[in-house]
Amino acid sequence: MTLPTWVPTIVEAIYFIAAVLFIWGLKRMSSPRTARTGIVWAGAGMAAAIIVTFFLPGMHNLGWMIAAIVIGVVLSWIVGRRVPMTAMPQMVALFNGMGGGAAAAIGAVELIKFNAALKLVPDTSPIQPEAWADVAGRLGTTELVLAFVGVLIGAVSFTGSLIAFAKLQGWMDRRFVFPLQRWVNLAIFAAAVVCGALALAAGIEGHAFEWGLLIGFIVLSLVFGIAMTLPIGGADMPVVISMYNAFTGLAVAFEGFVLQNEAMIIAGMVVGAAGTLLTQLMAKAMNRSLGNVLFSNFGGGGGAAQQEIAGALKPIDASDAAVMMAYAERVAIVPGYGMAVAQAQHKIWEFARLLIDRGVKVKFAIHPVAGRMPGHMNVLLAEAGVPYDLIEDMDDINPEFPNTDVALVIGANDVVNPVARTDKNSPIYGMPILDVAKAKNVIVIKRGRGKGFAGIENALFYADNTRMLYGDGQAAASGLVAGLKTLDG
Amino acid sequence: MITGFLALYIFMLAAFTGYEIISRVPVILHTPLMSGSNFVHGIVLVGAMVALGHAETPIEIAIGVAAVLLAAGNVAGGYVVTERMLEMFKASKPAASQSAEKMR
Repeated sequence: MTLPTWVPTIVEAIYFIAAVLFIWGLKRMSSPRTARTGIVWAGAGMAAAIIVTFFLPGMHNLGWMIAAIVIGVVLSWIVGRRVPMTAMPQMVALFNGMGGGAAAAIGAVELIKFNAALKLVPDTSPIQPEAWADVAGRLGTTELVLAFVGVLIGAVSFTGSLIAFAKLQGWMDRRFVFPLQRWVNLAIFAAAVVCGALALAAGIEGHAFEWGLLIGFIVLSLVFGIAMTLPIGGADMPVVISMYNAFTGLAVAFEGFVLQNEAMIIAGMVVGAAGTLLTQLMAKAMNRSLGNVLFSNFGGGGGAAQQEIAGALKPIDASDAAVMMAYAERVAIVPGYGMAVAQAQHKIWEFARLLIDRGVKVKFAIHPVAGRMPGHMNVLLAEAGVPYDLIEDMDDINPEFPNTDVALVIGANDVVNPVARTDKNSPIYGMPILDVAKAKNVIVIKRGRGKGFAGIENALFYADNTRMLYGDGQAAASGLVAGLKTLDG
Repeated sequence: MITGFLALYIFMLAAFTGYEIISRVPVILHTPLMSGSNFVHGIVLVGAMVALGHAETPIEIAIGVAAVLLAAGNVAGGYVVTERMLEMFKASKPAASQSAEKMR
């Protein structure tokens, strides 16, 4: 297929427009009012960039290409449409891992081509710079370095994200720890870097390197992604996913440089930077540094002895709880992931509306890491139809808890645990919490007596002003609704 | 041809752009935005297509196909998930949502 000479220029121009649309789309996505159109703009840019790529000069394997695109798009589209909103975080992890894997695969293809071309050249002496141009698929020093780094980062993001996905999906035990794990991981990483560096050094000098080095480098990078993610506890997964998201962005930017593709460089780098900042914001919301997330064994339950919690759990039944809130002036509802798992958000919103009709001032109090990701709970409440002006962030609602008559905690645990403020030995010490304990009365809806995701006892449940409403979130919420309805006769 | 230093400038400017976009985002949008940026790095599909388009040996083609498959999944999945999340952002006051409609 011969194409007119102006075609590559058009392709470049479309890539440029696509890059502008990505940035414009992300910008719109950063405000709730314009967010819904942001993704559409970015999507338009993506579609245009993909279509014009078919018209680049010298493209082969078009049959394979179209087949792979159709299969990939259709499968992901179906999965993405079908999963419930509660499973969104692991979906982000899965799709992010796929992007990382693709970036690593691109780097692998380029490195294989480079090395295969060098192998054709007699290896008696390093190639002179003038002869470089004759080597098909040659890469300069910068390209080579970035190709290797991109493969490393992309591969780590690939397997790391898949492990994160498996953990959040509940396919794997939450944590996997063994002695000297940190040193083993470090050794794996070092081995990967050594393999890569040896191959890289040979390549820069114009020698072909052993295939074993490249294979070892890729395999070790993949293994490192797994090893690095295994010991991280489920509660920290959002931060880790966000980090891998940034990793994939960087890998895409680097491989984009190798391929001399501006759209990939810009989009990848924007995501890399945005993802890094987002990761920091999330880690900050949990009051932990990124290093702490990656290298400490959060939620291990071991370590120094935690303070004993005195008191007893005092149960309450649904109708009493409903009455208590019906005659309250201010009620704060504190939802957690447990509510989402029980799919209770619709019932809870029904209950909240009944309270509002009775003149009770109802607010939803959201901890920054409620759910499985920052903002995840907002999305789940929005799905149930809760308007976002009833939803308050932690910093806004915390001063209001002393004036709140009833705080209804449903499916939240660690984010309302006062131990985070009082017990220095607790693994969650220092994490900002919702001051639910300061409300006049607290009702906790909880399925059983188990511990939270971090595996820590919750002092709030034993407080004098706390009553426990045991049961599945959905059933408990239905009980509350029924209790209110009998009040109205 | 993008040379080393030109690339460095592009990297630097793109990084600042990404940083600036995110720096004033309310917490409520963190998850959708992570998902949105997850979609944007789906541009890797373009690179995967180029890699496969120039692949010659069977092993190159095999890895290239894998790259395109994964990248296509990243693009489609990233879009659907982000779109589904953002679909849910509605204000309680009808006036507000109407004005949001107008802005589209």
